[in-house]
Parts: sequence; structure tokens; C-alpha cells
Amino acid sequence: MSFLGKLTLESVPYQEPIIMVTLAVVAIIGIMLVGLITKYKKWGVLWNDWITSVDHKRLGIMYIVLAFVMLVRGFSDAIMMRTQQALAVNGAAGYLPPEHYDQIFTAHGVIMIIFMAMPFMIGLMNLVVPLQIGARDVAFPFLNNLSFWLTTGGAILINISLGLGEFAKTGWVAYPPLSELSFSPGVGVDYYIWALQISGIGTTLTGVNFIATVLKMRAPGMKLMQMPIFTWTCTWANILIVASFPILTAVLGMLTLDRYMGFHFFTNDGGGNAMMYINLFWAWGHPEVYILVLPAFGIFSEVISTFTSKRLFGYKSMVWASGAISVLGFIVWLHHFFTMGSSANVNAFFGVMTMVIAVPTGVKLFNWLFTIYRGRLKFTVPVLWTLGFMTTFTIGGMTGVLLALPGADYVLHNSLFLIAHFHNTIIGGAVFGYFAGFAYWFPKAMGFKLNERLGKAAFWCWQIGFYVTFMPLYVLGFLGMTRRINHTDNPDWNIWIYLAAVGAFIIFVGIILQFVQLYVSFRDREQNLDTTGDPWNGHTLEWSTSSPPQFYNFAKDPQVSDIDCFTDMKEKGEAYQRYESYQPIHMPKNTASGILMALGITAAGFAAIWHILWLAIAGMLGAFVVFLFRAYSNDHDYYVQPDEIARIENAHLDKVARGRI
Amino acid sequence: MNLAHTTPGNTSESLIASVKSYLVGFLLSVILTGIPFWAVMTHHFDKPITLGIVLVTAIVQIVVHLKYFLHLDFSKEGRLNTFSFLFTTLIIVMVVGLSVWIIYAANDLMM
Amino acid sequence: MSTAISRDLYVEQADEHHDTSGNTLLGFWLYLMTDCILFASVFATYAVLFMNTDGGVSGKDIFELNFVLIETAALLVSSITFGLALIYAKHQKRSAALVWLMVTFVLGCVFISMEVYEFHHLIEAGHGPQRSAFLSSFFALVGLHGLHVTAGLIWMAIMMFEVGKTGLTKRSITRLSCLSLFWHFLDIVWVCVFTVVYLLGVL
Repeated sequence: MSFLGKLTLESVPYQEPIIMVTLAVVAIIGIMLVGLITKYKKWGVLWNDWITSVDHKRLGIMYIVLAFVMLVRGFSDAIMMRTQQALAVNGAAGYLPPEHYDQIFTAHGVIMIIFMAMPFMIGLMNLVVPLQIGARDVAFPFLNNLSFWLTTGGAILINISLGLGEFAKTGWVAYPPLSELSFSPGVGVDYYIWALQISGIGTTLTGVNFIATVLKMRAPGMKLMQMPIFTWTCTWANILIVASFPILTAVLGMLTLDRYMGFHFFTNDGGGNAMMYINLFWAWGHPEVYILVLPAFGIFSEVISTFTSKRLFGYKSMVWASGAISVLGFIVWLHHFFTMGSSANVNAFFGVMTMVIAVPTGVKLFNWLFTIYRGRLKFTVPVLWTLGFMTTFTIGGMTGVLLALPGADYVLHNSLFLIAHFHNTIIGGAVFGYFAGFAYWFPKAMGFKLNERLGKAAFWCWQIGFYVTFMPLYVLGFLGMTRRINHTDNPDWNIWIYLAAVGAFIIFVGIILQFVQLYVSFRDREQNLDTTGDPWNGHTLEWSTSSPPQFYNFAKDPQVSDIDCFTDMKEKGEAYQRYESYQPIHMPKNTASGILMALGITAAGFAAIWHILWLAIAGMLGAFVVFLFRAYSNDHDYYVQPDEIARIENAHLDKVARGRI
Repeated sequence: MNLAHTTPGNTSESLIASVKSYLVGFLLSVILTGIPFWAVMTHHFDKPITLGIVLVTAIVQIVVHLKYFLHLDFSKEGRLNTFSFLFTTLIIVMVVGLSVWIIYAANDLMM
Repeated sequence: MSTAISRDLYVEQADEHHDTSGNTLLGFWLYLMTDCILFASVFATYAVLFMNTDGGVSGKDIFELNFVLIETAALLVSSITFGLALIYAKHQKRSAALVWLMVTFVLGCVFISMEVYEFHHLIEAGHGPQRSAFLSSFFALVGLHGLHVTAGLIWMAIMMFEVGKTGLTKRSITRLSCLSLFWHFLDIVWVCVFTVVYLLGVL
């Protein structure tokens, strides 16, 4: 085998003008970024305060930055698909050749789920959960940094595939036998495998980390049933992560053995059974959608109770409904492949379970409605996203119950009806939730509020764009159009395909407005400063800190005796207390071990894709050596001294006092 | 009682007590390993009975390991570990059980 | 009066705010739960594929129960020797702890060598994992356990070095406790392996 394995100069797709232009644009943006950072001498800040940071708040922000970058990438794929389908009607070929188009729809799915939605959700969780439970950090701060860089490593691999080789042409589920070596001999599926595997391990570690955090690091007095609802839904999501991601690890591992070492798990020959891949994939894949949506449910609950200035209706039922969804979420996965043709009993069982899972979800919806009832709802941006969610998600839920009927599913399986359904729930549920949370917690993270007008405009573009894009897809599904079609020749479909393309462009305007909103808000930040740390009159502990919070979060451990702990403190007059003296605070030090380990592992993943044996060994060995160094160094932590704490706290409290007058 | 309170000069009684607990667990494991191997290797019983013996001894042995080697219990400190294990068991039973059901039912229809 | 070893670490250093060893043990236990699910997925695959021999050998043809019994014995004894090592470590008896760690290490090596021998033997005879889905899943399942044991052995070697060099610090005891959880956990997985794969395989 040659020094660079399968990697040659021909691996770069020179013949594809679209890819070459994209690469050029990415290169120009990259050079501009490097130039700007150098010009303003920010490399030190970037390395010391961000890249090596173990602070959960900074990691949270970096996760969300990653999510936005990948949103742009994933959305570019989306708009290319919509325009391709709109151009390739009546038998026209369109502008994307099938082998490129197939990579685009695969990349779109993988990126949006694994590298946009997951980092967004984990970013918000990082930012908020430790603050909500009154902790100074997560249980394992270094591991948290490592998780982030593993996720980023996976994202980098998937983006390298754009300019080096190809990406999988299998659809985001990579079903064998198509994804086996005999039918996909290129490196595309290998990119898929290693990007998912590496980021998946990062996600698993995040799950472990946050479960340990909520179990062990809660503020004194906070019982489990007093944790804020967002923390609770994140905890259920983490339990699902810990319980389901190993299944993905296993099934990808087996596909790897098939492709690299000639095993026969899922091959057509040798007694393999491709159905087992599909089965295990969805045993992970279905809990995964609840991992995405449960924290969003938590965000809506926080937003609704904050902006109605009311206690959340039915806190306990909310917690238990989330728990029920988590457990039931593990016994519905077969509804993704009713048509594989297992027995009627199997299909009936999973169909019934799927319908049952709609019940706890309904409970939640009524809880939100009852919270709004007789409240004084303020129509802020987070509330708009929430209301948009409540209507949109309900439609998605109902089409889901329709698809839960095996009989109906046989007709609609893999049609655009399905595509419309799951975008209806994932955009209308998860993504709207993250945007609500983004607007809601933005002042907490950055210290200034987002521009309301532009936020509202972006919301309306998303909301209208969503309906214009996806309602036609329901119709197309009924008309018999299946998913992943490169070009069509059916005049009845054309009008709906055109409409969907128009909708995608309306969403595009929404995304642009979101970036404009970020720019304008940053430009005008002096007028929108959040001096008190409590811009919305919030209920929970994160609002008791400054905005952005001090690096140690809480100068003194808060004493908790209520679910809406900060409201309780404000009512009792215990908020914003000045203390005479402080205890030293024990803090973890920043470390480069996380990024170095992730670098080694990502390099090994890249080497595995291109069969570069020496690099794979070097990468893994390097990661292991860094790990050992980390394990045997004693320089992990330090103490913040009381006088420094007093200085920081008094400065903040002075600002609060000025801001509240 | 608790070892931690007596570190570093631990009493020899606590040492003996922990060793004893390990020995009990070990002895039980030896027996619970011996029985199924013996049953399968000697064909002493009919097939269904052997099957039953093998499965029951395996489950009992897992419980023995959990109790004596991994020290799972329902005390205040150990409860988190025990509950997380029980939850994991629930998930495993569902995932493995349903997977086997799904694929076997599909295989039947393929015959 | 039965004493729970892993529990002790939770109670110590109650005065300090950061009960890090308790966090570490819980975190490691949660990681083991993810490992349980990983193994469960491979077990499920084995359960689905074990009859797909593609005209090749089945479990009945290749499993040697006597051999497996010796492997099992090595692993089972290593479990109690590790338990003893941990008990002595917690009582600050360094040389006794090191001796028992060494014994455990040797037993672990015996187990791994036997497994490597078995795999080598099968592949030589033309029953490698490429032959059939049954053999693929057999090699993957038993090999996954073997890889874990190997990782445990590497970890153990590092720990022996650490304890030999810096003595039984609180940190080493926490790490030994984690390794103990890992080692005993692998024992449980092996109980499942010899039951499901070997015993039911030849039945």
C-alpha cells in the first residue's frame, strides 16, 4: 500500500464546477477569518479563552457557533435539492448530476441531524443546565471539552469530504447492502462511518457527563423534583443518549468490519442480514429524535412560564410525561420500517406503541395551554417561536399518528409525505425550540439582548417559509412522489414542486435575517445591555447570575427550596445579596489535552477513510499519549481568592443597583 | 462498618469482613459456573431442562456478581448505581428482545 | 456487616465541596452502562445471525467446552484476586495490593492468550470471520470482550506502575476502584458470553 493509501491528486473533484466554486468561497472566507484574527491579535484569546476552555458556558457558545456554521452548510444542500427538483421537471436533467445529487441529500440529512441539531441542543444544555442547578461547572469539565472537539472532529471530516473524494450516496441512513463495499466501493460511506462514529462517541461522553452533573452537582437543597424543567428534559435526553448511542456505535462498527475486513453482518452473501442493520440503526435513530425534541419541549416550558409570569402548569406531569416519552421512545422504532415485512403482530405492536407515545406529548401541549390560560403573555421572539411550534408541531404529530398505522404506512412509506412529516416535527419541534432558546438565553450568554424586530421578521420568514415548503410535500406524497428523486416527469407534480422551492427561499431569507439580527444586535449592543442579569424577570437560577455569568457562576452556593428558585428568592428579598466575606472557589484549569486528543482521533478517522495505516496508528497513539500526560499531570485546578471574588461580585451588584433604578 | 472512617490505619476486622464477602461471592460463582457446564457437557438432563438450568444459573450468577463484586445495593450512596443498572437492563431487554422478535418474525415469512 | 467497597469513596472528604472521587466513580459506572448497551447490541446481532452458517461450520462443530471452562476459570479467579488487591489497596497495604494485581494481570494474560489461540486455530482451519455471518458475529462478540480485557490489562499495568512509584494515593485508589468496576463488569459479560455463545451453542 502506498504512503497515502487510496489518497491521490485525482481524489479532488476538479471536474465539478459547483464544488470547486464552493471550495473557493470557503477558502476565501477562511483566509479572511485568519487575516482578521491576526490583524486584531486575537490568536491568544482564541486559544487560551476558547479552544482550551473547560468552562461550560464557553463550550456551549462554541457548540452553537458550530451549529450555525453547519446550518449554513446543511441549508445550502437543502436549497440545492429544492432548486434541482424545480428545474428538473418534465424530464429535464436539471443542473445536478445524480451522483452529486445523491451525495447532497445524504449530507443534508447527516449534517442537519448530527452536526446542526445535536450541537445546538448540546450547546444550549451546556450553557444553561449547570447554571439552572446552581453548579459551578459540569462534573467532568475536561471531558466536556473533549466531547466538543470530538463532535467538531466529526463535522470537519464530513466537510473534508466535499473537496477530497466524495460523500456517501446512500441516504443519511446508509442502509446496506447499498452501503456495503460491493455497491459503494468509494470513500463516501467511510466518511459517513467515521464522522458519525467520532462525533457519536463525543455525544455519549456528553450524556454521561451531564447525568453525573445533575445527579451530583445540584445546589444544596435542590431535590430532583425541584430541578427546572429544561434541566429535567435535558436529563431525559441524556439518559436517552447514554442508552441509545452505543447502539449506533455498535452498528457502525459492524458495518466497518463488513467494509474493511470482509465480515458478513449485513452483506447479501455469506448469510448476512441487512435487516439487522436497519433494525439496530433505528433502535438508535428513534430515541435520537426524542433526544432532539425533549430539550426543545423544556425550552418552550421555560419560555411560556417566564413570559406569562406564571408558574408552569403541571410541572410534575411534565417531568413524568418526558420520562414516559423516553421509555416509550425505545419501543416504537420499527415504525420506520413497517414495510420490511415482519409479521402482522410485530407491525401491530409497534403501531400501537407509536400511537400511545402521542399521549404524553399531548399532555405537554395541554400543560402549555393551561400555563398561557389567564396569563399575560408577552409576544416576544421566544414566545413567537413557541406559538409557532405549538401549531406546527401539532400538525406534524397528527401526520405522525397517521403514519403509525401500518396500513397507511405501506402506501406512504418513503414518499414525500414522510419527508413533510418529519420536517414538520423536527423543524417545527426541535429547531423552533432551539431558536426560542437562542433568543431567550442569548442575553445571559453574551450580556446584551437580540434585536426584537429582526428576530420577529426572521421568525415569520421561517414560519411562512416552512408551510410553503412542506405542505406541498404532503400533497406530493399523496400524489405518489417518492423521496430522493433527481428529476421528474409528471406535469401534475410541477406546481407543488415549484411552491416548495419558493418556500425554501423564504426560509433562506429567514436565515439571512437571523445573521443580520446578530450583526445589528452586536453593533447596537450598548443600547441593549443586560445589566441586571435578569432581563425577562426569570424564574430559575441562571437569571440570578450576571450576564454573562462570572466564570465561577455562583460566588456562594445558592440555597434552593422551590422549583422557581429565583422567583422565590426575589419574593423573599434574598436576591442580589451582598456578602461580607467569601470562601475560596475551586476551579478547573483550561487544558489543550481535549483538542489534542480529538485531533489525534480525527486524524486516525481520516486515515481510516483513506486506508493510511501509519497515520491511523500515529493518531490513536498520539491521543493515548496525550491522555496519559493529562492523567498524570497534577496541574488541573486552582483556587479563586476571596478578595477577587468580592471585587467581581461588588462590581456586578453595583451595576445591578444602577440598572434597577 | 465503613472502611473510609478508619483509613489509613484500617482495622484488620474490616479487612477480614471484606475478604469474606468476596470469598462468598467467589464460591457461589464457582458453583453457578460448574452446574451449567456440567449439565451441558454430561447431557445428564433432557435438552429443555438443560436449557432452563443454563439460563437460570446465568441470571443468578449475574446477580451474585452484582451483589458481591460490584456491591450494588439500595443504600443511599449505592442507589444511583443500582437504579442506573436496572434502567439499563430494562433497555437491554426491550432492545434485544424486540430485535430478536422482529427479525425472527421476518425470517419466518421469508421461509 | 457486609462492607460495600465502592461506597466508601462517596463518604470520604465530606468537608470538601468537590467530592471528585464520588463523581468519578458514578461517571465511570454510567460509562459502563453505555458499554452494557454496546455489548447488548452485538449480542442481539449474534442471536439473529448465529444460525446463518452459509454451509460452513456451526457452533456445535467448533466449540471446545473444556477449553472454555479453563478460560472461564482464569477470568473468575482473576475477579477475586482483583477484589483482594483493591481491599489491600484501601487498607494501604501496598506490597500485598501489588502482588494481587500482578496475579490478576497474569490470569488476564492467560485468558487473552487462550482466546488468541482459539481465534488463530479457527482461522487456520478456514473458519475465519469472513466465512459466514455466524462466524462474523462470533468473532465480533467474543473479540469485543477480548478487546475490553486487553484494555483492562493495559490499564492494570499502568496502575501497577503508578502504585509502585507514587504509592496508594487517594487518586490511585479511585482509579483502582474504577478499574475494579471495569474488571468485574467484564466478568459479567463473560458469563453472558459463555452462556449464550458456548453453552447454548453446543446444546
